[in-house]
Amino acid sequence: MSMVTLTIDGREVRAAKGATILEAARAAGINIPTLCYHPDQEVKAVCRICVVEVKGSRTLQAACAFPVAEGMVVNTQSPQVREARRTILELIVARHPLECLQCARNLNCELQTLAAQLGVREAPFARLEKQYVPDTSSPSLVRDPAKCVVCRRCVETCQQVQGVGVLFPINRGADTVVAPPFDHGLLDAVCAMCGQCSLACPTGAIVEQDHTRLVWQALGDPRKHVVVQTAPATRVTIGEEFGMPPGSIITGQLVAALRRLGFDRVFDTDFTADLTIMEEGHELIKRVKEGGRLPMFTSCSPGWIKFIEHFFPELLPNLSTCKSPQQMFGALTKTYYAEKQGIDPADIFVVSIMPCTAKKFEAGRPEMTDSGFADVDAVLTSRELGRMLREAGIDFASLPEEDYDLPLGISTGAAAIFGATGGVMEAALRTAYEVLTGRPLENLEITAVRGLDGIKEAAVEVNGLVVKAAVGHGLANAKKLCELVSRGQADYHFIEIMCCPGGCIGGGGQPIPTTNAIRQRRIDAIYQVDRDMPIRKSHENPVVRTLYEEFLGKPLGEKSHHLLHTHYVARQRYPG
Amino acid sequence: MAVALDKLSPDLREQRLREVEAAVARHRDKPGALLAVLKEVQGILGYLPEEALKKVSQGLELPLSQVYGVATFYTLFNTRPRGQHIIRLCESAPCHVQGAREVLEALKRELGIGPGEDTPDGKWSLELVSCIGVCGVAPAIMIDDQVYGNLTPDCIPGILASYR
Repeated sequence: MSMVTLTIDGREVRAAKGATILEAARAAGINIPTLCYHPDQEVKAVCRICVVEVKGSRTLQAACAFPVAEGMVVNTQSPQVREARRTILELIVARHPLECLQCARNLNCELQTLAAQLGVREAPFARLEKQYVPDTSSPSLVRDPAKCVVCRRCVETCQQVQGVGVLFPINRGADTVVAPPFDHGLLDAVCAMCGQCSLACPTGAIVEQDHTRLVWQALGDPRKHVVVQTAPATRVTIGEEFGMPPGSIITGQLVAALRRLGFDRVFDTDFTADLTIMEEGHELIKRVKEGGRLPMFTSCSPGWIKFIEHFFPELLPNLSTCKSPQQMFGALTKTYYAEKQGIDPADIFVVSIMPCTAKKFEAGRPEMTDSGFADVDAVLTSRELGRMLREAGIDFASLPEEDYDLPLGISTGAAAIFGATGGVMEAALRTAYEVLTGRPLENLEITAVRGLDGIKEAAVEVNGLVVKAAVGHGLANAKKLCELVSRGQADYHFIEIMCCPGGCIGGGGQPIPTTNAIRQRRIDAIYQVDRDMPIRKSHENPVVRTLYEEFLGKPLGEKSHHLLHTHYVARQRYPG
Repeated sequence: MAVALDKLSPDLREQRLREVEAAVARHRDKPGALLAVLKEVQGILGYLPEEALKKVSQGLELPLSQVYGVATFYTLFNTRPRGQHIIRLCESAPCHVQGAREVLEALKRELGIGPGEDTPDGKWSLELVSCIGVCGVAPAIMIDDQVYGNLTPDCIPGILASYR
């Protein structure tokens, strides 16, 4: 790689040709403040916070966009730069509500941090707050344009990363607002409810619908038997809500924390992840044997479900009919568990701890009431749980490690890896191979389907049949795979799709920041969880076996069909 | 004046929408066709209603949000029906210092509407725009495609009368 030498703040710095001043400076340990910049995104250069002096240049330049050159002399700290940055920030702040105390992003807001960093103490400009009505139409997300700094990070996420394209800058200049078209609410748009926009947002302009109040209420109600389930991915992310480094495995502390919040039972979505493998695995085998519709798509990810319902309704027969692990858990808790414990299911309140905002939408789908009640009553994102634990004054890091309750807290390593892209596929292949061949799988780790590449493929020979599998994560990659399937150009048997980049560890309800570098560390942790589990194959989960013996009968049996499977809705490409 | 799509007779409405589809089809597969298509569609309908933009989005395989975003970015596009004649007053600095403000007051007085509004009879719409490129004759307005320069407030009644 050809390198150039430049001077930044009097220090000689070497940088790759084509690098920006910002990249060169950060690599040299010189911090330039930014706002619209995002490490995983294209340069936008719209906020101008990162301006620097470049010798010979008439005006200040945006460091995020300006390429380095041989002999360039840059000053990131001159009085003129400091003055300009502060003025730019004061202008942004003049349009931003000053209600930090009431904001979901209080203490984790890039604008707030910048204002503190740059020492904005006064408001020299007249307040220019626009009056917008927050969009609360979506059961998953709240959009408040008043807090938007028009950085366009959510736009890139929604358009390019997810290929959905609900959000775009509307109007121009000072009237610009990032919103769905024609003043539609998110509910009336093709929004997948994935919440990746809420991860991209530097402020509180897009946040999750808050369920914490609902959960506090249930916890305080002596008549309610409040049961909680924790999604696979949350055991490697919630530590970040308490300042722990990304990739911290906090399963035991999470269980202890939930007990201290007052939940009557702490169970695990991993249990129903194992169950999903049994049901979905048998569904795949049935489709292959009986000539059913192939390839079969996984159905665990509710953002993906909403996406395919809008964009590829003709492919709905390819979707596995399995409910997601969250919904299987709810349905079983209010039937099997209620029966076993002699509790009236009307008194059971099921809470999910999820990496996901779309799970809130999923829990509210009218199909998800097969227990006779709402199968899941409230869904907390990792961020909301963080808020509740802080409110309860729980010192997370110093908690002892505790175990999940029986019986719905027993799970395997195969279930844990549901949290990473490729995990469901790997778990399914582990089980499918052993169930079909009756032989133990020699190497459990199917690494071809792991990692952050957008689309991955694997082929596993099972009893003479080469099972062809594909894995896609992020909806733009899902779209590519759907187009292949639509055109009849995909000869896969089984396709795993996760709505969010990296899978659930990168879900839209996860701690902020979530970047690709952080995703990778969470992925590493989730595979460590798998390696540490005594049982690593779903069909070996003893409680899943008991469940089939005592209650369900067999995979795809009548009870399973009623409680664990669902149907989908063809939605419009242009709703509203 | 552009008539709202849902106010047209069903036959005419269908015919117009077919014209929109044909316009979109002509530009399909051409990169960067969006602006040209929007211009044609506005030529057909007089404005850019949601139904037409959905056809543009579908035909050009662009998200509806992007189509709508572009349509609202340019002041020459309208997403709602406007008056029969659109008056565009330049609000850039050269016109401003030559008395655009007073011309605007005269327009407001004569028409009874402010910028961004339409007269109730559907005859006029008033808009503020950036430089229209005739600074030499500032202050200036455009009525549809016609430029009027070197204006004073007194000129306005006569100009408007010539459209009656």
